[in-house]
Amino acid sequence: MSTTLELCDVTRTFGSGSTAFTALSEASIAVDAGELVAIMGPSGSGKSTLLTIAGGLDVPSSGSVLFEGSDLASLTRDERSKLRRSSIGYVFQELNLLSSLTAAENVAMPLELDGLRAKQARRVAMAALEQVGIADKAGSFADDLSGGERQRVAIARAVVGERSLLLADEPTGALDSVNGEDVMRIVRSACDSGTAGVIVTHDAQLAAWADRVVFIRDGVITDTTQQMPGPESLIIADGAT
Amino acid sequence: MTIPHALLALLAPEAKFGLRLKEEFEARTGAIWPLNVGQVYATLGRLERDGLVEYRGGSDDAPSQKLYELTGAGFEELRRWLHTPSVDGRPPRDEVVIKVMVALTVPGVDVGEVIQSHRRQTLEVMQAYTRTKADAAGDLAATMVIDAELLRLEAAVRWLDTCEARLRRGATLDTPEPVPDSGSAAPAKSETIR
Repeated sequence: MSTTLELCDVTRTFGSGSTAFTALSEASIAVDAGELVAIMGPSGSGKSTLLTIAGGLDVPSSGSVLFEGSDLASLTRDERSKLRRSSIGYVFQELNLLSSLTAAENVAMPLELDGLRAKQARRVAMAALEQVGIADKAGSFADDLSGGERQRVAIARAVVGERSLLLADEPTGALDSVNGEDVMRIVRSACDSGTAGVIVTHDAQLAAWADRVVFIRDGVITDTTQQMPGPESLIIADGAT
Repeated sequence: MTIPHALLALLAPEAKFGLRLKEEFEARTGAIWPLNVGQVYATLGRLERDGLVEYRGGSDDAPSQKLYELTGAGFEELRRWLHTPSVDGRPPRDEVVIKVMVALTVPGVDVGEVIQSHRRQTLEVMQAYTRTKADAAGDLAATMVIDAELLRLEAAVRWLDTCEARLRRGATLDTPEPVPDSGSAAPAKSETIR
């Protein structure tokens, strides 16, 4: 399995001098294609900083970020922008859907920005909406959708086209547990199809969908889960009363 | 799990053989708690002794199979059990809670590491259950039983998170003043939590 994303000794410091604050300290993590990794930590632990640096939305103070083997620091600004549009999908807590556009237009937008013709972009967008189970809402404006539907549109926009990396910050937002589970099934399915995924969360149920859970405290990666044996080991032995 | 009452519930619609009771029990609980037929018949024997089920004969095809029927007393016992509260307000004796609380008093033990160790192990179990749930999509019984376990485990993780947050605020744990004995009473002290 090839490595899609690699953070090597990444440190991010904000401010300088006596007011300097290190949000992330020498963080190293690699995510393979098809793997879903959860970064789990409390508020202010540095998990969102890690995600924005992983997605090229921010640059580290030191250390490097490799995307499919290429150091983001070696790319020009335009090349980084193109990479973000075409290869990396983001799901933010705020979703950032444009209310004046329909669901299909929201999903098609990054493709059109990347030069795809409108008709073709719409066809690809429809396939993504189909994948998340709301193709029937393609013509609805974002504001007319329920919270769960908006979340699905945001995920469709993040996985549309040939994205190889999906980054999500608390992707189930304020959804109830059953709708939140639907969202995680979609994220899981995208990863099972070969996309590398990173979600940051403080929610254990959400993190449990990942192949690996990485714990972060005070900007430092402190621990990682190991894969347990098969689920049959969890079944209570005969004789349970 | 209260197997005897679960068997009474499965017998409520009609009389059944032990093998069918085993199969229905496992189907309704998502096969999370497997039963064996011997265990089913042993339980039915006790229920018969107590007058809650009645033996209705064997099977012509399989002599080892026995047909049992719910009695009126069995139905009343089932109704009583279904409405009996399953929580009595007393905290369960939770091993993780005890370990963390005890760790606070052990010199040289980093309580934060104890908390993280249990959080990681609990997450690993949650990951395994979640994989099972993902594979069991469409099996409502299995999904609901796994939901129950995942929510219980999530509560454990949230408790560990809360403990950690409280400890990081620099809280102190007051230890009770020792009962004076033969003149060697230690002074009351306040342990700083690490």
